[in-house]
Amino acid sequence: MADAPIAVEMRGIVKRFPGVLANDHVDFELRAGEIHALLGENGAGKSTLMNVLAGLYKPEAGTIQVRGQPVALNSPRDAIRHGLGMIHQHFTLVPSQTVTENVLLGLDEPRFFMRLSQYDQRVAELGQRFGLKVTPQAKVWQLTVGEQQRVEILKMLYRGVQVLIMDEPTAVLAPQEVEDLCRTLRAMAAEGKSIVFISHKLNEVMSVADRITVLRQGKVTAAGQPAAGSSKADLARLMVGRTVLFDLDKQPQPPGEPMLEMEGLQADNNKGLPALRGLSLTVRAGEIVGVAGNGQSELAEVITGLRKCTAGRVRVGGVDVTNQPARAAIQCGVAHIPEDRTHVGSAPNLSITDNIIMKSYNRPPLAHGAALDQRAARRQAELLKMEYQVAAPSVETPARLLSGGNLQRVILARELSAKPRLLVAIQPTRGLDVGAIEGVQKLLLAQRAAGAAILLVSEELEEIFALSDRIVVIYEGEIVGELTEHDPVTIGLMMTGGSRTPEARRSA
Amino acid sequence: MTAQPASSPARPRGGWTIRVERRLAVPGWLPPAVSLGAILVALLLGAIVLGFVGGDPLATYAHIGRAAFGSWGVFSDTMVKATPLILVGLACSLAFRMRLWNIGAEGQFYMGALGASAVVLSGILPETTPAWIMLPAMMLAGMLAGALWGAIPGWLKARLNVNEIITTLMLNYIAVALINFFIFAVWSEAGFQMSKVFPKSAWLPRLADWAASVPAFRGLTTHFGLVLAVVAAGVIWYVLYRSLWGYEIRLIGDNPRAAQYAGINISRNTVLVMMLSGALAGLAGMSEIAGVVHRLQSAISPGYGFTGIIIAWLAKLNPLAVVPVAILFGGLILAGREIQPAGVPRLIQGIILFTLIASEVLLRYRVRLVRAGAEE
Repeated sequence: MADAPIAVEMRGIVKRFPGVLANDHVDFELRAGEIHALLGENGAGKSTLMNVLAGLYKPEAGTIQVRGQPVALNSPRDAIRHGLGMIHQHFTLVPSQTVTENVLLGLDEPRFFMRLSQYDQRVAELGQRFGLKVTPQAKVWQLTVGEQQRVEILKMLYRGVQVLIMDEPTAVLAPQEVEDLCRTLRAMAAEGKSIVFISHKLNEVMSVADRITVLRQGKVTAAGQPAAGSSKADLARLMVGRTVLFDLDKQPQPPGEPMLEMEGLQADNNKGLPALRGLSLTVRAGEIVGVAGNGQSELAEVITGLRKCTAGRVRVGGVDVTNQPARAAIQCGVAHIPEDRTHVGSAPNLSITDNIIMKSYNRPPLAHGAALDQRAARRQAELLKMEYQVAAPSVETPARLLSGGNLQRVILARELSAKPRLLVAIQPTRGLDVGAIEGVQKLLLAQRAAGAAILLVSEELEEIFALSDRIVVIYEGEIVGELTEHDPVTIGLMMTGGSRTPEARRSA
Repeated sequence: MTAQPASSPARPRGGWTIRVERRLAVPGWLPPAVSLGAILVALLLGAIVLGFVGGDPLATYAHIGRAAFGSWGVFSDTMVKATPLILVGLACSLAFRMRLWNIGAEGQFYMGALGASAVVLSGILPETTPAWIMLPAMMLAGMLAGALWGAIPGWLKARLNVNEIITTLMLNYIAVALINFFIFAVWSEAGFQMSKVFPKSAWLPRLADWAASVPAFRGLTTHFGLVLAVVAAGVIWYVLYRSLWGYEIRLIGDNPRAAQYAGINISRNTVLVMMLSGALAGLAGMSEIAGVVHRLQSAISPGYGFTGIIIAWLAKLNPLAVVPVAILFGGLILAGREIQPAGVPRLIQGIILFTLIASEVLLRYRVRLVRAGAEE
C-alpha cells in the first residue's frame, strides 16, 4: 500500500471564512486504492478541505495536484472532470425521478431521446459490480436514506470518478447499512479508486480506513498515519487537543434544586431515525452541565417544545412540559440560544426591536391587552442594545444586516434578559471572535451565579471543560458517561463510541 | 452549499462592465422611488405597444387622466371604483404579509355580496327594516360569508398543508357558480338572471343623497363604502403594527421557524388571517352590492379580487399605501371603459405588475456600470 501511486496531493491549503480560519496551511495526501479517513471534531475544517478538493470552495492559498498534474478546480464540474467527486451530507437528488434519471442528470449523454431501459441496465450493472443494491426504475422518494446514498455513489461511479469523498456518510445510516457501505467502499478501493471518509467516529474510522489524517482547528495534527498502528486514545487526543483557551473565574458553588429533569427520553431526528434512545439527565439550579457528542440538537428541541419526543418525560422546575407547545416551556422560564441563529433565532427582515421582543411581546410591560406598546418595546431594545453592546446604527436596523457576533448578542440579550430558570445554550460562541467568545462565556457564568440551570452544548470541547460543572457524553442517543474533570482523552473516546462502561450507562 | 458571491462581474462590453452588488442597507426613500419608476417604465412600455397598434400614446394617456381625474364627477366615479379595490387590496396585503398566497379575494368578494344579499332577499329581515339595522346586518353577513370562504383554505393549509394558492383559486369558481345558482333559480326576478332591486333601506348612502342641501353633490355616486374602506385601512395598519396579533403575523411572515421558536401558534394564525382576509374581501362585495348595484346579479366584479393582488404588491403590503394605489387603479379602470372595455387598461395593469416585480431586484442589489479592469 505504501508504494501505491499518489492520487491527490494538496499542499498548504488556506481557506478563510469571515472570522474563522477554516484551513490553515493544510497538507493532505491521498494514494490510489486507499480508504483515507479525515478525522476531527465538528468545525475542525474537514468538510472545508474536501469542499476545496471538490471544486466548491476556492482556497486563498495552496496547490492541488491530481495524479502528479497541478490542477485548478473552479467548479464541481472541473473536479469531476479530474475524477474527483464528493457526496455531501445533504443529498442532491430529485425525489420524483427514478434512480437512473438521477444518475443521468446533468450529463451530455443521452441527448434527447432517453431510451431509459438501456441506461437502467448500465446502472444495474454498475451497482452489481460494487455491491450497491438499488432498483434503477425506483423513484427516489420511495427509497430509504441508505438507498439514496447508494444512488449518490452510483452517480459518482457513473461519472467515472477515481476519488470519492464522503462527508459523514454514516451519520444518516442504520448499523446494517453502515456495514453495506463499508463493503462497497472496500470494493471500490480494490479497483484502485481512492476514498476520503470524513468522520468523527473513532470506531468506524478504525474499522474501515487504511490511513488517517486528523485535523484540529484548521490544522493537521496527524498526517496519513496508518490506521493499523494507531490507538484510539492517541487519535482522541490529536482530535480534541488539550489546551484550555481561557482562564475563567468560575467560583465553586453547590447546585440547588433540580430544574430540568428528563427521564427515558426518546426522539427521532428529521430523517426519522432515532436520535435519542432513552436518555435521562437532571440539571440543577446554579449548575452548568456540558453535553458532548451527537443528538444534542434534538435534545434541546425536545426540552424547548420544538420537537415531539416519542417516549419519556421532561419536567422543568417540577412542571411537566413533555410534548407541550413551545410557549409552555417559555412560560416555565426556559431560555433557548438556538444552534441556527439566522433560521431559527431571528427574523431577518424585522428590526432589532422586533427581534428582541420575540419572547416577551405578549406580556406586560410590552402588552396592553391586545395592543403592543411600541414605545416600551423600543425603550427595552435600546437598553439591551447598550447593555449587550450590539453594534448597529439603531434598533430599527433589520436583523439581517447584523454580523454573526452582533446577531448572537441580540439573541443573548433577548434570552438572558428574561432571567431564565433554565438556559439551553447550543453552540453559543460558534463563529464569534475571541473577545466575543469570552464575553459570552462570562455571561453564561453570570447566569450560573444567578442560580439558573444551564445545559450547554458546544463543539468546542475546551469551552465545555472551562464552563461546565459536569459533562455528559451522548453517543448513539444515550448518555455513555459523565465526567467532572478535564479529561480530553476519555471524553474523546466516549464521544466516538470507543469507551462505554456498564456503570457509565446509568446517568445522573 | 456554495457561498453566494457578493458580486459577479458580467461580460465586458466596450471597456465597461456591469457589476451587480448586494445592497446592505436600503434607504427609506428607495422603495417608493423604485415603485414610481416601475410605473413609469410600465407606462413607457404600454406607450410602445399603443404606438405599434397605431394609437397615439400621449393622447391616450392624457385621455385616461382626464377621464379618471378630470372633474368632480369622474373623480367621484373613480372613488366608486377605488372603494372595493381598497378593501380587496387590504385583504391581499394582510394575507401576503404572512406569506399566505390568498388569490381567492375574487371569490370571497362574491361570497360577501351573496351573504349581504341573503339578508335582504331571504326575508330574514323584513323589507321595512330601518337602514341602521339593515346595513350593519348586511355588513356582518357579507363579512361572515367572506370569512367562511377564507377559512376553508386556511383550515386546509393549517391542518393538511394543502397549497392555499390552488384552493383559493378554485374556490373563486365555486363562489361564482353559487351566485349563479341563486340568481338563476332562487332569487331570479321574472326569469332574468338577477334579483329584484333592494329596498332603499339596503342602499349605502351616497353623496348624491344630500344634493338637496349641497348642490355640488348632485349626481355624485361616491358612497359610504369609501368611508368603510378607509377606516378598514387604518384598522388593518393598527392591527399589523400596533397589536400583539400583528406582531405574530409579521414574525410568521418573515420567519416561520423563528415564530415557532417564540412559541407562536402558526396553524391558528393561518386560519385567523385567512378569515380576516376573506372578511375584508367580503366587505368589498357587500359595499359594491349595497352601494352601487343594489341587487344581486352576475359579473358584479370586473376582476377586483385579482387587481387586489397587484395593488397589494404595489403598496408593498402597507395597508395605508393601499388607499392611494387603489385610487390610481380605480381611475385606470374607469378611464379604460372610455378607451376600450377590456384591452388597454388590463394591458397596462399587467405591465405594471411585471415591472414592479422586476424592480424588486433594484431594492436588493445595486447595479453599477464600471470600467473594465477598474476593480471595486
